[in-house]
Amino acid sequence: MAAQRAFAAAVSLSMLFALSPATAQTPPAESIQIGLSTDAISITAGFSGADLTIFGSLENPDPLVARQGRYDVIVVLEGPPRPVVVRRKDRVLGVWINLDSETFENVPVSYSVATTRPLQDIAEPAKYKQLSLGAQNLYMKPADETDSPATIEEFTTALRERKAATGLYSENVGGVQFLSQNLFRATVRLAPNVPVGTHKARAFLFKSGMFVKESSAQLEIRKSGFEQSIFRVAHDYSFLYGVFAISLAMLTGWLGRLIFRKD
Amino acid sequence: MGIYLPIAEISVNVFVLLAMGAAVGFLSGMFGVGGGFLITPLLIFYNIPPAIAVATGANQVIASSFSGALSHFKRGTLDFKLGGVLLAGGIVGSTAGIYVFALLRRVGQLDLFISLLYVVLLGTVGGLMLVESVNALRASRSGAAPVLKKSGQHNWIHRLPFKMRFRASKLFVSVIPVLGLGAGIGFLSSIMGVGGGFIMVPALIYLLKVPTNVVIGTSLFQIIFTSAYTTLVHATTNQTVDVILAFLLMAGGVAGAQYGAKAGQKLRGEQLRALLAMLVLAVAIRLAVDLFVTPPNLYSLSAAGLN
Repeated sequence: MAAQRAFAAAVSLSMLFALSPATAQTPPAESIQIGLSTDAISITAGFSGADLTIFGSLENPDPLVARQGRYDVIVVLEGPPRPVVVRRKDRVLGVWINLDSETFENVPVSYSVATTRPLQDIAEPAKYKQLSLGAQNLYMKPADETDSPATIEEFTTALRERKAATGLYSENVGGVQFLSQNLFRATVRLAPNVPVGTHKARAFLFKSGMFVKESSAQLEIRKSGFEQSIFRVAHDYSFLYGVFAISLAMLTGWLGRLIFRKD
Repeated sequence: MGIYLPIAEISVNVFVLLAMGAAVGFLSGMFGVGGGFLITPLLIFYNIPPAIAVATGANQVIASSFSGALSHFKRGTLDFKLGGVLLAGGIVGSTAGIYVFALLRRVGQLDLFISLLYVVLLGTVGGLMLVESVNALRASRSGAAPVLKKSGQHNWIHRLPFKMRFRASKLFVSVIPVLGLGAGIGFLSSIMGVGGGFIMVPALIYLLKVPTNVVIGTSLFQIIFTSAYTTLVHATTNQTVDVILAFLLMAGGVAGAQYGAKAGQKLRGEQLRALLAMLVLAVAIRLAVDLFVTPPNLYSLSAAGLN
């Protein structure tokens, strides 16, 4: 079992009592806030996945609704969007070959969801589609929209399935817990292969199945360590890196002959 | 002990890689081949992405061929002029190969193409070698003296124009087949991550009639430069050379090669060739099986280029 490190993240208890005399009469609208203790996380090369805790607060909750547990929160940590090609293998003369493919634009590399309850218990499916919320409802834009809807549907499903299989798309039902009437804690999973880049944490507030408000924060995920330096050099100074790789090979060959010489 | 490979982006066991390098080094020392044709498929079996296995294989080949060429240089069994002409062809072939490599990668057919090339080439070379060595074994068992080809015999290759004299090889031959052979090997080197010794050596002996004693040294000499060039171009265009992976393989390889060479001296030529042939065929069959077996996932994802 991979050691799971929980990253610290903490509260930004926003101002809860900022009521002006004018709005004191009618109950003010609920809203939601989330806060991260840091805006950047460094992970090392041996990273084996972790849980990220995000704290947040509900503002102006209706005590009655809160007591009945009719407030629901969905927290999403969305990786940077990238274009993706999905390929399907088919049998040609007995050999499995990549044949059909579909390119999608701006697919989040990772997508971790934490919810108070199963998604289907919180709101209607149409609501999620409208908000493009949840791995199954996320809108994947095909690069070539002239393809038949059935093909696009097939490849979209395959894309979601592959993303889920590699742990990049995950869902943590019950991962959001209310600590008090106002305060909640969300635990989203970071996959071992979590991509580097700017991630977006978003929190959605639902009241009795109706979407109320959204709040978001940004989180930078960086890789650090020796291996990452090599990776960076290989990409930024690729020519020098190649020369180094060749010199290393020649040196090893020469030393090997010197040490183990038998002739 | 696990180690994270920065370019392949996966965690692997250090000892597995060292052992893999040592085993291939042992075999390459024993049979006098570079071992690239074994390293690359082994890395693919070990779940290293084929593109990285190929580029890193080319890097690894430099170490073994450099160490081998040094010995031949000291013994004077190296034809620099012939090596140089082969190399000129090699650079052209390698450049073309890198271009094809990047193209295949973009259209998602690289893995298939690498496997197919391996199956076809290893299958052919392994099959031919097996037939030849079994015949030789049978002949020696029945007591008949081995039939030697007349060295003065000429074939169509020797009637081509643009002749050039290669003194160290005692050869007067057209540069066309030499350049062509170099180009072919360079192409394979960049797509398969092999040095190409297993094709170069028989081609020099049987097609160009180069004396056997200078063949291996000259072939190794040209392989150093072709694979160095391939490594450099893969590093700059595809960023697929993993130095950590290459170093572990080399470290195991140079040690294993010396012991392999010693073990090889105890076996007879035909037996050695029959063993190598079976090994080559086994790798080909293993790769062929993967092409036909239904993959666990029909769908795969890859990053799309920005066109």
